[in-house]
Amino acid sequence: MTKPLEIKSGFAFFFLKECRTFAPIFRDRYFLSFMHINYFTKFLFIGLLFFSGTIFAQGVEHHIDVPEGANNAGMEEEIDEDIEHHIQDSYSFTFFSDSETGKHYGFPLPVILWDDGLHVFSSSKFHHGETVAESNGNHYKLYHNKVYKTDAAGTINYDEEHHPTNAKPLDFSITKNVVMMFVTGLLMFLLFAGLAKSFKKGPIATGAGRFFEPIVLYIRDDIAKPNIGPKYKKFMPYLLTVFFFIWFLNLFGLTPLGVNVTGNIAVTFALAIITFIITQFSGNKNYWKHIFWMPGVPVPMKFILAPIELLGVFIKPFALMIRLYANIMAGHVVLMSIIALVFFVQNWIGGGLSLVLAFFLSIIELLVAALQAYIFTLLSALYFGFAVEEHDHEEAH
Amino acid sequence: MDKLINDFSFGLFFWQILLFVLLLLLLRKFAWKPILNAVNEREDGIKNALAAAEEAKKEMQNVTADSEKLLKEARAEREAMLKEARELKEKMISDSKELARVEGDKMIKQAQATIESEKKAAVADIKSQVANLSVEIAEKVIKEQLSNKDKQLKLVEDMLGDIKLN
Repeated sequence: MTKPLEIKSGFAFFFLKECRTFAPIFRDRYFLSFMHINYFTKFLFIGLLFFSGTIFAQGVEHHIDVPEGANNAGMEEEIDEDIEHHIQDSYSFTFFSDSETGKHYGFPLPVILWDDGLHVFSSSKFHHGETVAESNGNHYKLYHNKVYKTDAAGTINYDEEHHPTNAKPLDFSITKNVVMMFVTGLLMFLLFAGLAKSFKKGPIATGAGRFFEPIVLYIRDDIAKPNIGPKYKKFMPYLLTVFFFIWFLNLFGLTPLGVNVTGNIAVTFALAIITFIITQFSGNKNYWKHIFWMPGVPVPMKFILAPIELLGVFIKPFALMIRLYANIMAGHVVLMSIIALVFFVQNWIGGGLSLVLAFFLSIIELLVAALQAYIFTLLSALYFGFAVEEHDHEEAH
Repeated sequence: MDKLINDFSFGLFFWQILLFVLLLLLLRKFAWKPILNAVNEREDGIKNALAAAEEAKKEMQNVTADSEKLLKEARAEREAMLKEARELKEKMISDSKELARVEGDKMIKQAQATIESEKKAAVADIKSQVANLSVEIAEKVIKEQLSNKDKQLKLVEDMLGDIKLN
């Protein structure tokens, strides 16, 4: 059931790679006139964007070479920056910004640095990267959403590839994503502790728990039990936590809050590594035997299979990490690009199309939000199942 | 890939691990265990209730079968009793009929015997009376005769003639 969607997400990931070149297509004069001539064809083309990722990617390469109109270049950069800014973590919680007055509406968050001692200060000191923040005699500057140690003037030195060479302090700041994780955690705790409490009154859950109880049961009966087997109980807390954590954060990502927590590689890496650790630590004798000395195959094959299996141990959580990251990231980028369409095609049909597409894409993203949480949980359960599986009959292989 | 590694934020990773593990532990203690236990208990309760209902249904069926059997037995018994009664009645009737007949016969015989003996007695009585009468007549005749011979003779003849008429 999940396979076609996985493929779709794969295309979306291609699309993500090319997202920077998404804007120029619409600037191409030939293309624009083409769009004015036949809206239906345009609609078909937009449809093609979603269903033929690779072909599209090649097509974009072609369009890139066309010289760009100067008047749209600023807008393109701005939109690129906006998308980039949106999908990245941030040191302050900004709801929206007014680029003309340079004002940002939101609130600052604490910055916590470890640089020969603890430095804690408000992110408002950075003024969104415009000024140098001073803390206990050290100076820090925000450059491309990263904190660098600078001198008092805020000089940033670059290498040949225009990468900053300044030192980066160890950064434990409470960023926007950390805040959202905290909010999600709090929400989950209140919700599920409430559900647990409502069970004390009687066998039927009350309130919001009524909606979440079947999902809890679904994870137990359709994810944990069939994939892990009789030892599923031990893994239930992790599976439930990770499912709701990912799902809620995915859903938060679809709100206008503008957060992208599960589309951040550090977050998915952390989740994948927890799955990895739990898998390895619950692995029984059979699990390790199947990795290093595969039973039921000739001895030379055992030597060939061992490194492959060992590699598989690491590839599995790696795939978990990339899948979640790429799907959510791609979803955000595509959605934002579709919304940005309205700035390039400034007529009612372009705006309408942008609106309709964004609407449908949002619905798909709503599905993807649950689906990716489901897949992550399902695959984690599957790996746990491999780890605790008992092989009583060797001839089964 | 380069960009991915460059974008990787160790701080976020640290917070994610910390918050997630904390959340996992808290939820395990305060949410998942109580929820799963409650759900399990509920499911066990439902299972037990269903089993009990099934048991009750079986019991019910047994009871119905039993009562049916009892009813059938009772019906058969009634039938048997009725039959017996009918037979008894018939036997009694035939018995009494027989008895009555025998008794009747006996009574008739007795009556006949009585009649016979009465008749004999009557005949004997008549005979003795006839004898007495004869003797008295003879006495009277003799007495008459003794007074009038002719007359006596004529009387005897007349009388004899009278007797013959009787």
